[in-house]
Amino acid sequence: MAKDKNIDVKSNKKDKVVLETIKLTKIFGGLTAVNKIDLKVNKGQISSLIGPNGAGKTTVFNVVTGIYKADGGKVLFNGEDLAGKKPHQIIKKGIARTFQNIRLFSNMTCLENVMAGQHCRTNKGTWSAVLQTSGQKREELEIRKHAENRLKQVGLWKFRDELSKNIAYGNQRMLEIGRALASNPDLLILDEPSSGLNDKESEDLIVFLKSLLKEDLTILLIEHDMNVVMGISHWVTVMDEGKKIAEGLPEDVYSNPQVIEAYLGKEDEEEEY
Amino acid sequence: MKLNNSTNNKKNIFTYWIIILFIIIFLIFPFVINAYWVDVFFFFGIYALLGLSLNVVLGEVGLFDLGHMGFMAIGAYTTAILNVNFGIPIIILIPISAIAAGAFAYLVCSPIIHLRGDYLCIVTIGMGEIIRLTLNNNPFGVTGGPNGVFGIDFPSLGNFFVIDNSAKFYYYIWIIVGLTIIGLVNLQHSRIGRAWNCIREDEVAAESTGIDVRFYKLLAFVLGAALAGVAGNVYATKLMMVSPESFNFMESCMLFCIVLIGGMGSIPGVLIGAAAISLFPEFFRTFAQYRMLIFGVAMVVMMVFRPGGIWPRKRGALQLKSILTKAGTENG
Repeated sequence: MAKDKNIDVKSNKKDKVVLETIKLTKIFGGLTAVNKIDLKVNKGQISSLIGPNGAGKTTVFNVVTGIYKADGGKVLFNGEDLAGKKPHQIIKKGIARTFQNIRLFSNMTCLENVMAGQHCRTNKGTWSAVLQTSGQKREELEIRKHAENRLKQVGLWKFRDELSKNIAYGNQRMLEIGRALASNPDLLILDEPSSGLNDKESEDLIVFLKSLLKEDLTILLIEHDMNVVMGISHWVTVMDEGKKIAEGLPEDVYSNPQVIEAYLGKEDEEEEY
Repeated sequence: MKLNNSTNNKKNIFTYWIIILFIIIFLIFPFVINAYWVDVFFFFGIYALLGLSLNVVLGEVGLFDLGHMGFMAIGAYTTAILNVNFGIPIIILIPISAIAAGAFAYLVCSPIIHLRGDYLCIVTIGMGEIIRLTLNNNPFGVTGGPNGVFGIDFPSLGNFFVIDNSAKFYYYIWIIVGLTIIGLVNLQHSRIGRAWNCIREDEVAAESTGIDVRFYKLLAFVLGAALAGVAGNVYATKLMMVSPESFNFMESCMLFCIVLIGGMGSIPGVLIGAAAISLFPEFFRTFAQYRMLIFGVAMVVMMVFRPGGIWPRKRGALQLKSILTKAGTENG
């Protein structure tokens, strides 16, 4: 049943592009980490960005989410140019992200982590907090309710009072996704969500990500694990050495000789050794 | 309290009784002890207020601020100069001192707020010293140079209620400390407090979670400075004079110790730290020349055995219950 629904979603909103990068370039010193990348993410789909280590995938994410400034090209989100926006403004526009090496607020509880995720959706200021106005109390209650929902959604409600550094690695990943979801994003960017997870956890993650599509959410992920990529992606883009070398449906990309070359090396190269 | 009313009622009631007991002890304290000790406890209050103000910057946000006495100096001198030269009543000068110190913090910290850790530390040391040296050099003849400014009035409400003795000052400072604690506890449990702690834990993640890191760091500095300004106001009216050497680098270090001893970001911890800094030397006055040695050893021992401070902030001890009452949502 879930599968049918996915296909529905896919066919309805296929045309609408949520995120688009046009000739995106990022240069570190003499190294062109990202070289004129054109990337399109369609609404209601799971798109993947894959490529060997050092291909510049994470750099693309960092430019999109505002951590780095682009040296050339544009990032369009729902048609709006994100140039010069800071990360906290970009998440307010509706792009939430997770990190490759989990970055939780380690000495805060799991619930507080998720509550912090709603910061950009709430607006009560210092004075209402100091004086505990009724508006402040109402907002705090809303934050609590929403955080509880999200924490249950990622299945970590039982760990609500644990410090986030004390829970298992797989749970930390889910918590980070929960924190990103707490901001009610339109686009969720996941940087290697399955790294460090065992097979069972990876499978659960795939099911979970698919279930998110029902929430009118679009997902862009970086992934190494081919099983994950092939299992859930609607669209795959392959990068190598900062350039886009292929894109298309997962099956097509999987058999593309250029992609195989990027991952495994050229045939004649191997003969030399 | 709405959030956790059904939970741990017993423990809450116990905590309330402890707090009420402390308040009663504080209320009757000046009647059972001599004026000297009342004064000691007044300075305990001043240190507590300063500790709380530094705790906002250092404890909640993790910004190393070793020039905090500079902000207090701004508050104290604002009070002194405006009161002595223009006769403005002290009670009006409390908010003015706070605003002056806060505005100064905003101006000075805006360009340096992006610095991290030890770099910020060095710059704030410089800032604190520049303030002290400027006051010492008597700019425009208003700060009185090394002698300072004399003849500050007592705080008063018109002519009928004047705070003019040790006991009254004792109540005065502790009422201010009490109000400050209430305000800061409220802040700790709001999105502002969470945002501060997020920045302390991980700046990049905080920014990506939607927290305007620069704004909240500046907010912490301004708020901390404003509270230090209030402390400066009370200090100036108690001593009836201000002079630059009250605000030297050692005092800033002492404030730093208060927050570290008590536990970063912990309000009860700050009170304990302030007690350690202000009361400890009095209890050990008999040892005279050895007391700084004992103090140093105590610090070292504490840092080895309780690196998080004497009373670190406990998180998640609330055992929060679900507030969604809908059936079937308890799947966690």
